[in-house]
Amino acid sequence: MYRYDEFDKEFVSARVDQFRDQVERRMAGDLSEDEFKPLRLMNGVYLQLHAYMLRVAIPYGTLNSRQMRMLGHIARKYDRGYGHFTTRQNIQFNWPKLLDIPDILDDLATVEMHAIQTSGNCIRNVTTDHFAGVAEDEIADPRVYAEILRQWSTLHPEFIFLPRKFKIAITGAAHDRAAIQVHDIGLQLVRNEDGEIGFSVYVGGGQGRTPMIAKQVREFLPEQDLIAYTEAILRVYNLYGRRDNKYKARIKILVHETGIDVLREDIEAEFKRIRDGVLHLPKADIEAIDSYFAPPQYADLPDHTAMLDEARRADTGFDRWITNNVEAHKIQGHSIVTISLKPAGGPPGDATDRQLEIMADLGEKFSHDELRISHEQNVILPHVETRNLKEIYDILVVEGLAPANAGLITDIIACPGLDYCALANARSIPVAQDLSEHFAKAEREQDIGELKIKISGCINACGHHHVGHIGILGVDRKGEEFYQITLGGSADENTAIGNIIGPGFASEDVVGAVDKIVDTYLDHRETRDESFLATYNRIGQQPFKDALYG
Amino acid sequence: MKIITANRLHDGIVVFLSADGWETDINQSAILNAPDAVDAGLATAANAIRNSEIIDVNAIDVSLDENDSPVPVKLRERIRAFGPTVQYGEAARQTLAA
Repeated sequence: MYRYDEFDKEFVSARVDQFRDQVERRMAGDLSEDEFKPLRLMNGVYLQLHAYMLRVAIPYGTLNSRQMRMLGHIARKYDRGYGHFTTRQNIQFNWPKLLDIPDILDDLATVEMHAIQTSGNCIRNVTTDHFAGVAEDEIADPRVYAEILRQWSTLHPEFIFLPRKFKIAITGAAHDRAAIQVHDIGLQLVRNEDGEIGFSVYVGGGQGRTPMIAKQVREFLPEQDLIAYTEAILRVYNLYGRRDNKYKARIKILVHETGIDVLREDIEAEFKRIRDGVLHLPKADIEAIDSYFAPPQYADLPDHTAMLDEARRADTGFDRWITNNVEAHKIQGHSIVTISLKPAGGPPGDATDRQLEIMADLGEKFSHDELRISHEQNVILPHVETRNLKEIYDILVVEGLAPANAGLITDIIACPGLDYCALANARSIPVAQDLSEHFAKAEREQDIGELKIKISGCINACGHHHVGHIGILGVDRKGEEFYQITLGGSADENTAIGNIIGPGFASEDVVGAVDKIVDTYLDHRETRDESFLATYNRIGQQPFKDALYG
Repeated sequence: MKIITANRLHDGIVVFLSADGWETDINQSAILNAPDAVDAGLATAANAIRNSEIIDVNAIDVSLDENDSPVPVKLRERIRAFGPTVQYGEAARQTLAA
């Protein structure tokens, strides 16, 4: 893992001191709320419906056990005993007191964490594949480049007040688990004909009220040009991006209005001007960062998969958990474990202080002191010895952390919605709870197979509804919550924006509607292996419309 | 019929203007029936903002329930007044465990 250098330590510490002073000045009345708000947002502090909310950065979703344990400590000492993992691999605390936040940031700094770049119109926390470094299908570890971008972007004076927030995602594999095509910049690691590593660069993706799929702006960018090219994109965006209308200020609108070909010319011209300057990345610098992400010392183990067979036969719950929550690791004898934070009837992505600490313990004992947060709001143990899976599972069961549903219909992404969020129009969590309870029966859920439901409580789409296989958007219709359903969205390498299926549904009718959609899929699939998305893409909307409105 | 609500500056908690100041219990709210009373309430709130007591002030519509307790008309404000409609933290975990 990346460790702070002296600059990082001094900078984070100075930022905490600065914010403590700002809070004191705010309380003393020396700063108005208008003056204070942009300052608190630069430190991840929002005002939500019930209280302040602090969003803590988990850069590229990677953290160690000390850091995870600190999140549990903060949840217990300063909040109400839980935290909420977000769709950008961060964690939010929903109840901190403003007066406590400098102390929270102080505590975070002791484990090399902070809340910078989690808010405001800056380059946000770079996200990536939660299986980075361990996935079998990976070209290179994308976190190396995410960290390079973090170092370049943090405190970059030119990009602190962009027209709008700016999100970058990187995948190291052809199979995209980081949703790169719905980001302002999406980077896919590729090799060229000579075997050199570089990036396929996408620009202008995003969700929100105007969902757009990113366009490829460059087929191959050599890795040493990563910063120069990114800076060229940001500079062009900063120059031409609209500041007159916040709803048209994201780079996706610029790409749409200007056209990718014209924009590419501007970006390439700027890139040509700066590529051989200080932003050129020496190989040694890349290797220096790469060394922070060196694989742990794996034990030389045989393939223990067969060893699990008896335990799987003896425990159907374990068998199902292995099937859904355990992925192949690139090193023999090892596995990747997804700890699902989606219990049937539970709030998606939440973990109690105790659960945070239990996961920290598991990471320390069984995963070479490393954990990941996925954008699907789950926690990953990336380096587990396969022979330890049963022991881990048994602990997870006791702690309520063993839902065997990763990737299935009850592994629902949901934003906090109107239960917490000041922007929301409708609740998300109760809809997710109703759906996960309804579909929790193991046999049926397994039969349905891969199906991603994503729920947002407003058009800002923090719950990624646009790219859900089934997307659910909460709206306010004359004071009542109403839910619009989209079908056919996808956030992988075949990214698609879902299509609205028809008139929306009252909250009490959403489960019934999704049930009909699922039944329609099951009736129409050609084989048991044909996924919901494949069936939808083959048969189109009409059978689903007939089922819902016929 | 309106009440005045805000968030307390130092901890962000939702508060309501009462006859005696700012309370966390909506039942303590001063019920404001006349436009002049609303204006006076907002003037009091403006003063509290200047004194760094509160932020994010709004006059919201309420009705009275069978106990004459104020209930916000809009769901958003009901959630602000009475808290999330879902369990969270240890309470949620225990419910799921049961």
